[in-house]
Amino acid sequence: MPVEYWLIFILIVMIIASIAALEMKDILSSIVAIGVVGLGVSLSFLFLQAPDLAIVQFLFEIFALIILVKAFLGKDYHIEEPSRINKILAGVTVITLAAIFIFSVSVFELLPPFGEPLMTTSQYYLENGAKDTGAANLVSSIILDYRAYDTLGEITVLFTAILGAFTILRIKSKSKKDKTELSHAAK
Amino acid sequence: MIVYLLCFLLLLVGLYGVLTKRDLIKIILSIGILGYAVNLLLILFAYRKDSVYPILAKGKEVAQMVDPLPQALVLTSIVIELGTTAMLVALAIKLFEKYQTFDISQIRRLKG
Repeated sequence: MPVEYWLIFILIVMIIASIAALEMKDILSSIVAIGVVGLGVSLSFLFLQAPDLAIVQFLFEIFALIILVKAFLGKDYHIEEPSRINKILAGVTVITLAAIFIFSVSVFELLPPFGEPLMTTSQYYLENGAKDTGAANLVSSIILDYRAYDTLGEITVLFTAILGAFTILRIKSKSKKDKTELSHAAK
Repeated sequence: MIVYLLCFLLLLVGLYGVLTKRDLIKIILSIGILGYAVNLLLILFAYRKDSVYPILAKGKEVAQMVDPLPQALVLTSIVIELGTTAMLVALAIKLFEKYQTFDISQIRRLKG
């Protein structure tokens, strides 16, 4: 079976799983459905000859699932039923997105067809990568040598995001602080 | 061609979730779907027919390898996505502590 048919099958499964994730009422079910989408991405990376990416995507998926389940499970809250205006707005959104999809067909016809990439810069990397950098894995020779500053910037972004997350989590909310002060005063 | 269109459809499903859902968790999940779709689209552009992964080994010809450049860029993009997801989750947890809900229509104090 050619790669293209496998990819079409996986993509259809992923689209169904993502619609299910958005429409299900139960939060745990929708998080698991998102896991299906992420593992589908990992599987299609394997079919597209990108084993490093498949491993990274797999790990990312597991970490993201752990974070989401730990953060959101067991929280009790109520979502208001959508009013009539909301339903009309959702319909308008669907129609607009369908129009974007139909117009995008002509855009994708302009791109090089599937299976024939441009390979203008990459041809140089493929031919001279081993000689210039001494790495057998050409992907790591690009991220760690040809585009090392790019990777440095990416590490900075990651560090800033994690630092931001920790800072947000460390701020104590005001109402909680008042409550603890009150309880201290009561004692 | 049809593969590109299906991948674009996945991106539009994510966009639909961001635009219409009122549950903060669903919005975070839709942002995740958007990220998956963009990464997959970039790797689809890189694929070459009947070729192998770009790792030099015995019996692997340079002329028969997929494009390594989008793979290198997407590798960094996946890692950044994890960082942004963690930050969004932290913001959502803080909002829940303050308002006791994830419904964005009930979180009113941000409205100007």
